[in-house]
Amino acid sequence: MGIVSPGFQGRPRSSQPSLPPGQYLTEDFPVLSAGPTPRVSLDNWEFVVTTEAGAEHRWSWSEMLALPNETPTVDIHCVTRWSKLQTNWKGVSLDTLLAEVETAADYALVHSYGGYTTNLPLEDLLDGQAWLVHQYEGGELPAEHGGPARLLVPHLYFWKSAKWVRGIQLMLTDEPGFWETAGYHDYGDPWREQRYQGD
Amino acid sequence: MARAAVPGRLNRGASWRVAQLVESREETGTARTLVLEVPDWPGHTPGQHVDVRLTAPDGYRAERSYSIASAAAGNRIELTVQRVPDGEVSPYLIDVFSVGDPVEIRGPVGGWFVWRSADPAPVLLVAGGSGIVPLMAMVRARRAAGSRVPFRLIYSVRTPRDAYFADELRQRARDDGGLDVSYVYTRETPDGWPSAAHRIGVADVNSHGWPAELEPTCFVCGPTGFVETVADILVALGHDSRRVKTERFGPTGG
Repeated sequence: MGIVSPGFQGRPRSSQPSLPPGQYLTEDFPVLSAGPTPRVSLDNWEFVVTTEAGAEHRWSWSEMLALPNETPTVDIHCVTRWSKLQTNWKGVSLDTLLAEVETAADYALVHSYGGYTTNLPLEDLLDGQAWLVHQYEGGELPAEHGGPARLLVPHLYFWKSAKWVRGIQLMLTDEPGFWETAGYHDYGDPWREQRYQGD
Repeated sequence: MARAAVPGRLNRGASWRVAQLVESREETGTARTLVLEVPDWPGHTPGQHVDVRLTAPDGYRAERSYSIASAAAGNRIELTVQRVPDGEVSPYLIDVFSVGDPVEIRGPVGGWFVWRSADPAPVLLVAGGSGIVPLMAMVRARRAAGSRVPFRLIYSVRTPRDAYFADELRQRARDDGGLDVSYVYTRETPDGWPSAAHRIGVADVNSHGWPAELEPTCFVCGPTGFVETVADILVALGHDSRRVKTERFGPTGG
């Protein structure tokens, strides 16, 4: 459905690559956050995976860096409609971080320094789909983009790629995070345009 | 999803509606206010936005989000749109979209960057450029509710000509009671202005904002660099970061 907007042509688009519906390309890297940018010192930084049984797995900054690192190149899609292609990151696969974690959980609630949370199915963090990244385009990750480290889950809208990440809580039942409680979709598949609750 | 609705979620905003432009007025040399009649508009909370969808004759679509500038009032909403150079949607809305034309919108959207008139906490609004739009909705909603919640607005603009809603803000500051409005000019000041043009700094936020002890709710909206600066200042001045709500406009809006 839809109505034609009188006089609207849109941009010339013969060379537009395939984007998820409703997205447009951007070359720069917009910043979207709900509040002030947290400043996290590397001395105090840690990443903690907590299982549904309460077992904790912790990594300090140096322990995280010592793990096998990967350099994914991925497209990213923000729910506010910008998409950015071929972005380059460096970090640790969640497969590596979760390899020794014993869990029966189906869901993950990601926690950030500053209090932000976001939820996603645990299976979306596994099988080469997600990373804990600390470098962007060859340099350290700027604080406004989630540094020192953020999650990278490129197959979902970018709010699921939590900035300033500090840990993941594994859970048997789903629980909405920050933006999900404020009306955004629980899952957030850009190709199905799952922007808001009810999409 | 099967989850039950909870307050603050806005499931009813999910469908697209056809709105009609009923009035359009120039706000500044680069911004226009569009008054839309929206059948069965469910109402909104100040700070929320709508998604606007344009469709070309060949089926191509472009969607963007715009903050609502007006307080809730029946089936009408107002959007104040800033022209983005080389933009795809804003030049259409400003130059081509005409009274009587239809447009698809969806919303209201957003449950975080909102002010609720039942909240008694003092409010600090800090706007950079077109970031005034959702904050103006709060100023207007305060008046519409007859609220006496103390508001302070710090508005940073390049020059006096770039200020949106200048006459109305002057009137509200005079008539509404409990609303203070102060300006920071970054490139050119009015004649006789007591300070030189400058970017917003600690002294501006300290002099024209609220002391942190009063635990105000702070809403900061504008370009990314502006919002980063102001949010950092507020935290440095002792404001709890959980009460500092931000909305950033990237250079790619449009």
